[in-house]
Amino acid sequence: MSPRAAAPARRRLKLAVWKFSSCDGCQLSLLDCEDELLALAGAVEIAYFPEATSATVRGPYDLSLVEGSITTQADRERIQRVRSASRRVVTIGACATAGGIQALRNVGSVDEFVSIVYAHPDYISTLETSTPICDHVAVDFELHGCPIDKLQLLEVIGAQLAGRRPQIASTSVCTECKRRGTVCVVVAHGTPCLGPVTHAGCGAICPAYDRGCYGCFGPMETPNVGALSREMRELGSSETAIDRLFHTYNASAEPFASAGSLDGL
Amino acid sequence: MASEKRTKTIRTDTLARVEGEGAMRVRIEAGRVTEVALDIYEPPRFFEAFLRGRDFAEAIDITSRICGICPVAYQMSAVTAMESLCGVEVGGQLRALRRLLYCGEWIESHALHVFMLHAPDFLGYAGAVEMAKDHPAIVADALKLKKAGNQVMRVVGGREVHPINLRVGGLHRAPRKAELATLVEGLERAREIALGAVTLTGGLDFPDYVQNFEMVALAQPGEYPIDRGRIVSNSGLDIPAAEYMDHFVESHVERSHALHSHRTDGSTYVVGPLARFATSFEELTPLAREAAAGVGLRPPERNPFRSIVVRAVELVGAVDEALELIAAYEEPDAPAVEVTPRAGVGHGVSEAPRGLLYHRYEIDDEGTILDAVIVPPTSQNQTAIEADLRGVVERSLELTDAELSVRCEQTIRNYDPCISCATHFLKLDIDRA
Repeated sequence: MSPRAAAPARRRLKLAVWKFSSCDGCQLSLLDCEDELLALAGAVEIAYFPEATSATVRGPYDLSLVEGSITTQADRERIQRVRSASRRVVTIGACATAGGIQALRNVGSVDEFVSIVYAHPDYISTLETSTPICDHVAVDFELHGCPIDKLQLLEVIGAQLAGRRPQIASTSVCTECKRRGTVCVVVAHGTPCLGPVTHAGCGAICPAYDRGCYGCFGPMETPNVGALSREMRELGSSETAIDRLFHTYNASAEPFASAGSLDGL
Repeated sequence: MASEKRTKTIRTDTLARVEGEGAMRVRIEAGRVTEVALDIYEPPRFFEAFLRGRDFAEAIDITSRICGICPVAYQMSAVTAMESLCGVEVGGQLRALRRLLYCGEWIESHALHVFMLHAPDFLGYAGAVEMAKDHPAIVADALKLKKAGNQVMRVVGGREVHPINLRVGGLHRAPRKAELATLVEGLERAREIALGAVTLTGGLDFPDYVQNFEMVALAQPGEYPIDRGRIVSNSGLDIPAAEYMDHFVESHVERSHALHSHRTDGSTYVVGPLARFATSFEELTPLAREAAAGVGLRPPERNPFRSIVVRAVELVGAVDEALELIAAYEEPDAPAVEVTPRAGVGHGVSEAPRGLLYHRYEIDDEGTILDAVIVPPTSQNQTAIEADLRGVVERSLELTDAELSVRCEQTIRNYDPCISCATHFLKLDIDRA
């Protein structure tokens, strides 16, 4: 240990990780920081993180990471309690930031969805919509992605420790593709790609694997969705294909939500 | 005895170290367990409903979002269903790459569960971070092992959570030999750590408890069940995936957002490591079998608490096999074969780290999905989990409530339950009325 360890310790940052409706993949990203996890656990106090530990410390918390969307009345009330127990709330991932893939219910009939999946729909209590955390409480920062990128998550926690704003680019996936040196899949192969309108952060993985971006990081700042739709039509994509591409992992995030037409769904 | 006449409830509102949200309640009256309930309150997400109207090629990436811990399992069951529906079987190096990706998920998921979620129960810690204070080397090794699995996911699949490289007919891009070569060093180290994990877990203290449920897993001659196979059991069941629904049924109970599975005759069965170990032990790699023998583990193993040892043995097997697949890899001419959709019904099965995962799809001639049925391993194990809780509590009534709570949680974790999968985090509630 460094000599500083002997000095009176500053109170460590109290971190909490909350789950709402989600797949657990974004909070798993924290455990996937194999090289950094133990250092992180030394730098912050993991006060509430049920997926990793049964020990819990009461709030208030300095930083709450919130995964998942709001889909039940109980969760609508619980997020208020999380907010009031937290100095800063950061949403992690497409569910918490945009409603997630389960927001596909927002354009259908939830009663019909329940009856398709469950034999006794009367046993199921759920809201008609899946909504992002910012629809319910004030959010201090949002991380995009289905799933989030773990290095971005470390940046958010590191920034909080350093008392500065996280440095997260809000440009498009295209800029990451260029930096990675990947040949453009649209220009070279005519492959439909949401890269021009999608929030950066993944590192432009899909084009590096010879497929078009499917938009799992959701819309970038001020994307020109209409121009991209026209380009995809010219390349031969059907309206249904364009609709499906925009309306999946961030289906209720504008302007993806109103891109194309919803007729194909 | 007076104490046996008491009736009480013991509850844990949020069961930790499982994936997803649920609760559990045990009621004990006059020394007998009168009620055990595993409540799954993870909110429903309706995947089977919104898959309707989507393209058959989209099921791979959409269903992976059911679970962040075993996305490849969803992707593989989905892609196998679609390919079988369209009369295509993917073989050669393309299949080898998919199996390698799946080995990566097994290594990552098993390393997480064995060391970070389950071992703390046996060693008396709240979690891996707390355990690291007394056992820094164990936790550091666990993280290296987990990382080796995640590196496989990253290179072959593009990323660790929700990989992007699987497609109907093969992959989007076949990795170069040089890319796979970067994995070897980490995997060789991982093999040593996995062997150490077998010795470590084999030496733990296990509660004395055995179960006698039918054990169901995939099987395929010449290989340990991971990405495909027929559905077999230790009681003689041997059927193709297409007959799954003739032999297994799901029912919906009030307190749960998960559907419970059982055999059509109403009997309880289990899926997962104990079932695979019982039905395909001979197919494990020689090193994995030797490691099992070294700690006195032989099939069938009927104590669910010893599933942690079986997972460690499977870790050895998965790392071994990943290294073999990489050594034998030749870059294929094309990353995928052409698949044309046709109307029909397709079935896909694979072994998620926590057990058999079944998918069924009906599509039309355009490839639009008309119907989807997904039966995750945790739904299939839910009846067995409740039966184990009852059995374990009945044998442990001398424990204090706090000790009993811990034992119940450990019992649930024997199954590495994935509650988001079953829709479904756990609350423990023991009632000694």
